[in-house]
Amino acid sequence: MRLLRPNLTLRRRMALPVAPVTDPQTNVLPPAREGNTALRWIKENLFSSLFDSVLTIISLLFLFFALRLALDWVFNLAQWDVITENINILMKGAYPSDQVWRIWLGLYLLGAIVGINLRAWNRELNRTTIAIAAIPLILALLPFASENARINLIIIQVTSAAAYLLTSILGDKRRRQLAAVMSILYIPVFILLLEGFTDEDGIMPLVKSDLWGGLLLSVLLATVGIIFSLPLGIVLALGRRSRQPAISALCITYIEVVRGVPLISILFMGNIMLQLFMPQSLPPIDRVVRVMMAITLFTAAYMAEIVRGGLQAIPKGQYDAAYALGFSGLKSMRVIILPQALRIVIPVIVSQFIGLLLDTTLVALVGLFDLLGIGQAILSNPNWLGRSQEVYVFIGLIYWILATSMAFASQRLEKNLGVGRNYDESQ
Amino acid sequence: MNRNSAPARTEDPIIICRDVQKWFGKYHALKGISMEVMPQEVIVIFGPSGSGKSTFIRTINRLEAHQSGQIIVDGIELTHDVRNIERVRMETGMVFQQFNLFPHLTVMQNITYAPMYNRKWHRSKAEKVAMELLERVGIPEQAEKYPAQLSGGQQQRVAIARALAMQPKMMLFDEPTSALDPEMIKEVLDVMIELAQSGMTMIVITHEMGFARAVADRLFFFDEGLVVESGTPDELFNFPKEERSKQFLAQILSH
Ligand SMILES: Nc1ncnc2c1ncn2[C@@H]1O[C@H](COP(=O)(O)OP(=O)(O)OP(=O)(O)O)[C@@H](O)[C@H]1O
Ligand SMILES: [Mg+2]
Repeated sequence: MRLLRPNLTLRRRMALPVAPVTDPQTNVLPPAREGNTALRWIKENLFSSLFDSVLTIISLLFLFFALRLALDWVFNLAQWDVITENINILMKGAYPSDQVWRIWLGLYLLGAIVGINLRAWNRELNRTTIAIAAIPLILALLPFASENARINLIIIQVTSAAAYLLTSILGDKRRRQLAAVMSILYIPVFILLLEGFTDEDGIMPLVKSDLWGGLLLSVLLATVGIIFSLPLGIVLALGRRSRQPAISALCITYIEVVRGVPLISILFMGNIMLQLFMPQSLPPIDRVVRVMMAITLFTAAYMAEIVRGGLQAIPKGQYDAAYALGFSGLKSMRVIILPQALRIVIPVIVSQFIGLLLDTTLVALVGLFDLLGIGQAILSNPNWLGRSQEVYVFIGLIYWILATSMAFASQRLEKNLGVGRNYDESQ
Repeated sequence: MNRNSAPARTEDPIIICRDVQKWFGKYHALKGISMEVMPQEVIVIFGPSGSGKSTFIRTINRLEAHQSGQIIVDGIELTHDVRNIERVRMETGMVFQQFNLFPHLTVMQNITYAPMYNRKWHRSKAEKVAMELLERVGIPEQAEKYPAQLSGGQQQRVAIARALAMQPKMMLFDEPTSALDPEMIKEVLDVMIELAQSGMTMIVITHEMGFARAVADRLFFFDEGLVVESGTPDELFNFPKEERSKQFLAQILSH
């Protein structure tokens, strides 16, 4: 696959003069565009023939009416009180209100970590960075945010900006180390904050995870699944290719068994069976943790196959060159082969992650109240009879925003890492 | 122009191959190759396609395992022992027909990673050596580029620099110029000639007979997994003994 798109980051990094990009195959400059105006574009693309024009007009009419219906519904027909009244429970489930400050504290930390990471991995502030950095502020401006939420969101924004500025003091390498360490530590720290560790009268009394819910739970499940399934998947993929027959047989069996079973049955198994197999002497594993394990183990099997696909795309010459330079099997995997293989499969990995996010809605079936589960609980309250459209549209919109941001982030990552850059010449 | 000025060789051979045999399944690819290479010697291997040249050279750093016979490199016998294999590979640089640069790394990283990871050099030392090598192969200005941004000849010179960065005692070349356009062949050969003259021990598979005439001490003609004939360039070019060598040389020299 040849690349026709210039690698902008690369050029920037090297401070090369930006020359017109040539097609590497032919070395021909792209044709010059004269009079590149909007009008010309419209004429060329939308009204180039009679048939085109008819299609364009029909589509426009359709769009117009659809949009008018949608807007009419959003602004005149829909009754959004079901959302505004329940926004807290939609966001955090049954998490006790007097302990909500712990979630906010966790989010301040998250803001700081985002700030550090933005500073560490980006060479300069660009539009995307600013858009990501300003998410708390944008949320604070949403119409249904409560006074309390607004204040907290603004604190997150300030923490994030402060962390960004403070990280600037450090050198390039230190920044990245800090960012990596903080990011790895974050999830356990956040879970500890949610869970609490003191008794009833302490500052952080235990909050049983059965009470966690809503968007909080959905995002937590998805994040944990994403973070742990990829390394596990890599290990499984390498195990599957292992020359040790016992190891590869084990990995193949695991992968194929898990891929042959729907997530929901693994969730049920994790929920019921795990408890049966556990020795009585051990304390029972928390239900949320069981679900996290089930989701991670399930996704890892798919991840393994994705990674294996990437590994297969690496030509034998890369192994030859690495071995010839004295890299051991493990080191050549880590330094030479895996970075290339993972880059190739980023788009597939991300769509798997998006699938994972959307699949977390299944946990409602084993008694957890994720965002969708909370929505259904709200709708079962007779007070909110007939508001299902509003609730489902709102929940759908949240999932859509989350999934789309992941897709968008993946595109940025691909661009930064030069996925699809022309590698052919060196193979 | 053989290197008559080279010091008299009294040392032991640095590479010893005795009756090396190799099968791919049922196919007998190497049928008993013996060869001794002295330090600072330049060996050229040539022969028809499929004669086992690549297979043989790849047994020397164990990219292919031989199944019978003996290979001793720098005093270390190649067996299944992984530690020995890695020790041999550190002392043996290899350059491939298809360059095999690491596409996700810059030229500088391509060159510095192996000494940093495998010889535990500090980055600053590795980068200093890399810059010297890039200057030696004539492309110091390409250090921050990615392989795909270089021409074939430049890529192959980076590959040579990458192998040299490990400071190997010997270099193996598997048809280093046959994937190159004619105008780039010379720039790579020049680097290899300079390397040979600097005293590097080299085994080179090539059909560039000009190169062989210029720097080879001995030539080996391979056919069907055997060494059909070997000798100095003078012996092989002017007085080939075997019918097959005569025919093959006539073919490639007529080009
Ligand atoms: N991995 C392999 N599996 C099976 N057969 C192989 C393998 N590698 C090489 N061979 C066979 O061994 C024989 C020798 O191959 P080799 O690559 O050593 O030839 P060569 O002399 O280098 O040829 P060329 O000039 O085309 O590079 C060929 O017949 C080839 O098909
Ligand atoms: Mg070959």
